[in-house]
Amino acid sequence: MERYKFLEHMADAKFQAYGRSLEEAFSNAALAVAGLMWDWQNVERKLEHPVEVRGNDLEQLLVNFLEEIIFLLETKMFLLSSVEKLMIEKEKKGFRLKALFKGDRYSEKYKIFGDVKAITYNEMEIEAGNRFMVQVVVDM
Amino acid sequence: MELKKINDYIWEIPKSGEMKVPAIIYASSKLLESVKRDQTLQQLRNVACLPGIQKTAYVMPDAHQGYGFPIGGVAAFDMDQGIISPGGVGYDINCGVRLLKTEYMEKDVQQKRKQLLAEIFKEVPAGVGKGGITKLSRNVLLEICVKGAEWAVENGYGTREDLQRTEESGRMKGADPSRLSGRALERGLPQLGTLGAGNHFLEIQKVTEIYDKDVAAAFGIHTLGQILVMIHCGSRGLGHQVASDYIQLMENKLGTRGLPDRELINAPVRSQLGQEYYKSMSAAVNFAFANRQMIAHWVREVFEKVMGSSKGMDQVYDVCHNVAKIEKHKVNGNLKEVCLHRKGATRSFGPGRMEIPEIYRNVGQPVIIPGSMGTASYLLVGTKEAEELSFASTAHGAGRVMSRHEALRRFRGEKIRDELQNKGIELQSTSWKGVAEEASEAYKNVDEVVEVSHKVGIGKLVAKVVPLGVMKG
Repeated sequence: MERYKFLEHMADAKFQAYGRSLEEAFSNAALAVAGLMWDWQNVERKLEHPVEVRGNDLEQLLVNFLEEIIFLLETKMFLLSSVEKLMIEKEKKGFRLKALFKGDRYSEKYKIFGDVKAITYNEMEIEAGNRFMVQVVVDM
Repeated sequence: MELKKINDYIWEIPKSGEMKVPAIIYASSKLLESVKRDQTLQQLRNVACLPGIQKTAYVMPDAHQGYGFPIGGVAAFDMDQGIISPGGVGYDINCGVRLLKTEYMEKDVQQKRKQLLAEIFKEVPAGVGKGGITKLSRNVLLEICVKGAEWAVENGYGTREDLQRTEESGRMKGADPSRLSGRALERGLPQLGTLGAGNHFLEIQKVTEIYDKDVAAAFGIHTLGQILVMIHCGSRGLGHQVASDYIQLMENKLGTRGLPDRELINAPVRSQLGQEYYKSMSAAVNFAFANRQMIAHWVREVFEKVMGSSKGMDQVYDVCHNVAKIEKHKVNGNLKEVCLHRKGATRSFGPGRMEIPEIYRNVGQPVIIPGSMGTASYLLVGTKEAEELSFASTAHGAGRVMSRHEALRRFRGEKIRDELQNKGIELQSTSWKGVAEEASEAYKNVDEVVEVSHKVGIGKLVAKVVPLGVMKG
């Protein structure tokens, strides 16, 4: 199955990410965001960053989760290569997500070609069914 | 949607349905066509429905679709009944433009422009994830968020005169960094004094047209071929984080029900949350002022090194084009304080306003409008009419007409570099893909944008510049 695809958006970048579960769709959305900035397939999986975020609803959970990629890039120079053990739990109020990011610290051997400033709620869609789909517009 | 033609450059969406005020679009018929292709008009209409909005919701000639508010949007809200919205400012708080003049002429730099650009590229950190050169402590960062460009000058970057020639004198008074999240500070720490990426750039330019000799002279621009330097960047990750944080805080406190678009989330201006956003946003504004102040200083150092001197390299002005401010404007004949949002719009105060530095008070505020990569940029002057027509605002740039995706399909960065070189423009970039995304064909024609501003009277043409060297993040 296709992990994600980019759609037309006038000013910024818009993508849909897919999965057989919500967890898989979220994981692929993370790779789509990474794919806007670097070639995640070619980043070594040397370092690990555990991620834990909360959201009052799934949209907020998705925004907070994807923001972690930008935050780790800017503060730790961390380039994401894979998302593992992603779990979403329903809580009393909202949701909690845990995952393990694997990747490498930025160095000259990697090329960064895009700048994602923020994850937005603009045109955000989260669809459940036989196939799960999340649609996201990011500010570039 | 009903669109009423007022004249060749002014279009109105009359008040209807939930709209509390009408909306005005400043555009030529050609620019209007591109605006109609995306969601700009619907977003403008949504803004006109927000509580406490005053008089009219506007978009400037370079408008395009944004999140919540359209890019190019200008909206004023009542201080008591109105709101403040992170989406009305944008993620890149105090994205702005600084213009330095020099006393060098094109012939002086002709042989050295390659070297100038290469040295600037070395001195000014740019690109995604590239840290600044200064190791900052958290306490110093907090001080910068309070003092803005003033901190930079106190620490040897630039002069007192630079501060006078910066919007807000380079320091928003209401800033309170104690409201910034740990994440915002963490993102800010490595990024002070960096250009960033995306549409941000630094250009060595030459003056090719002077439309108004007297005003140009007042701004220090006197000769065709005179060399200028333009710096376009913002508050980096710190500002982006403030926007994300307050969108979420407002959602959690006030809920998203009834909003046509989640990014329109807002809080009453005088509410605790509204005030905390304003103070945090002001802190991010100050970070960006300090950022541009440091970059300008390094540019002067490069000129000293390569050209032998930076004498006469005065700052013309520094404008912020993503911001919310408390300003006094005339509404229904009375002067009143409003919470004015400019999202991709430049302040354009006419002569006499006390906010303008004394040296320019008789002519009006310099308005700097950068074009897209490799195209012309413009210097305009604010007008009295703008205060009546657009809450003293005009355009901020060219505005996209083509998606990044489409641009990547059509253009190649290396080819653009070669084409620019053939036109006599040097280009340095951290990413060829980034260059392709920013191809000038992906943007509206900036010449047309400033022509509309001039014809409507919300910002009058003073001078045109074209690049000799472009550094893209």
